[in-house]
Amino acid sequence: MSWAWRVARALLGSQYALMLEYRAEIALWALSGVLPLIMLGVWSGSGAGVAAGLTPQQISHYFLAAFVVRQFTVVWLIHVFEEDALQGRLSPLLLQPLAPLWRYLAAHFSEQATRVPFVLLMLVVVGLAAPGVLWWPSPAELLLGLLAIQAAFLLRFVLQVIVTTLCFWSERAAALDRLLLIPYLFLSGLVAPLDTFPPAVRRLALATPFPWMVDFPARLLAGEPVNVALGFGAIAAWCLLLWPISRVLWRAGLRRYSAMGA
Amino acid sequence: MAGPIIRASGLSKTYRISEKQPGLAGTIQHLLRRRHRDVLAVDGISFTIEPGEIVGFLGPNGAGKTTTLKMLTGLIHPSGGELEVAGHEPFRRQARFLRQITLVMGNRQQLIWDLPALDSLRVNAAVYGIEEAEARRRIAELAEMLELGPELQRPLRKLSLGQRMKAELLAALLHRPSVLFLDEPTLGLDVNAQARVRDFLADYNRRTGATVLLTSHYMGDITALCPRVLLIHQGQLFHDGSLADLTQRLAPCRQVRLELSDLQPTEAFACFGVIEAHQGHQVRLLVPRAQLTERVAVLLERFAVVDLEVSDPPIEELIGGLFRQRGEASVTGGVP
Repeated sequence: MSWAWRVARALLGSQYALMLEYRAEIALWALSGVLPLIMLGVWSGSGAGVAAGLTPQQISHYFLAAFVVRQFTVVWLIHVFEEDALQGRLSPLLLQPLAPLWRYLAAHFSEQATRVPFVLLMLVVVGLAAPGVLWWPSPAELLLGLLAIQAAFLLRFVLQVIVTTLCFWSERAAALDRLLLIPYLFLSGLVAPLDTFPPAVRRLALATPFPWMVDFPARLLAGEPVNVALGFGAIAAWCLLLWPISRVLWRAGLRRYSAMGA
Repeated sequence: MAGPIIRASGLSKTYRISEKQPGLAGTIQHLLRRRHRDVLAVDGISFTIEPGEIVGFLGPNGAGKTTTLKMLTGLIHPSGGELEVAGHEPFRRQARFLRQITLVMGNRQQLIWDLPALDSLRVNAAVYGIEEAEARRRIAELAEMLELGPELQRPLRKLSLGQRMKAELLAALLHRPSVLFLDEPTLGLDVNAQARVRDFLADYNRRTGATVLLTSHYMGDITALCPRVLLIHQGQLFHDGSLADLTQRLAPCRQVRLELSDLQPTEAFACFGVIEAHQGHQVRLLVPRAQLTERVAVLLERFAVVDLEVSDPPIEELIGGLFRQRGEASVTGGVP
């Protein structure tokens, strides 16, 4: 068994056990991710979707898919990292021959796994509340959609690693992450499908990493026509661009690290 | 490896800190025009440590002990000087270096708080590439030395402080490091638990030949474990040698306690040294080391002595006295 596989198995196992300890908290986090369901209600009730050229079914499928995407692309790295750095818990992690980021990544995957039953339960509740609104994607759509969700999650993770490295310079770098929330909300497709944007805004949005984090995987899951190669290619390109930046910042940050609290 | 396992030469660390005056005016000034000050936490210290040595690292709060430990482990970059630990420059934090060292901090834990220690140990074994069967064997061996058993299967938060510290030691030693950096490993433990941790560390050093650099709040840890001590003060190395040498350096006099069969006036002892106390039949004197034998002989000859004891003043008092003279209040550990 390779070293990497053993480490991955051990990390995922321990982090999943840890997340199960926090299952009630994770259930509340899942509940708090209902913005797409609220937007579904807003769009369905106002008739704006039809005015934008989308059928009611397209609207409901899109926002339900966006709800699922949102649930499994949540990244909270900066909040735990900031706390670990301030409380001195980062130091022991830095003294092990494994980059701390792998532990945080494993924690995110484990949190996603813990979230699954809560998300399924919420979908059942939606199905009971609005019969006929749920649908079964084709196996190909489901497979590609799930892959796209994980790719979108990795892109969000890498983007947040960059902001997280600012914790080495500022004790409250998590506040900077909130600055990214606005473009993320409006350019990702979380509050409106990208197809409904004015062409110029849509072009602008597509030049950022945000639409690939929600709109692309949601449209795949919803069975909308999507350029799959372009979507995965864009995510890969953004990751390849952002990852080296995060590495440079990480190394520079470590030089500034004063191991406070430890 | 031939030669010292730790080599520090002219090691220094300067922190840049911002200063803020109290009150609203100070806050506004801090916001608009921040003032910084450079603090020299470690000021060009040099020492070497041979493989297998147990060395105590002493100094008052803010002396630079923890900063030095952080540089030795590679957690922070030195501002100047040269440093080599186990053949590596620590701040590069290469995997081969990290596999050879460990840092135990009495006030910090690496084990996952809400899970049994065994879960964290399983992760550590994988991270350090220890085969599962070998990891089980090492855990069993260390658990026996540390008198740990079912505690390893309980969530860490349910363990007592002493049990947690022992579990932390187990986790820190699972990969059999050759250099141990221990920062206050007995902090907060009761006397029995302190003794058990000391015994364990001495046993581990004997069995594995590991090098140990130890800071401790408790002089008992240092006197029990460390034939050699480094005394650091205001970032500079004040003493490097045995505790006995340090005592001799700090205390030019030895303490002589006398119990007499009859009462004598205090003035009768003035010519023998400094009279620390005289109450009834009990007299306590400080006698210069160089004249000790001669003066004790005269004391025995001149007075009816029932009992006599010659000792060094407690090391805590000596070091405490030294730092009080230099404007410091205590000799114990702490984070700068």
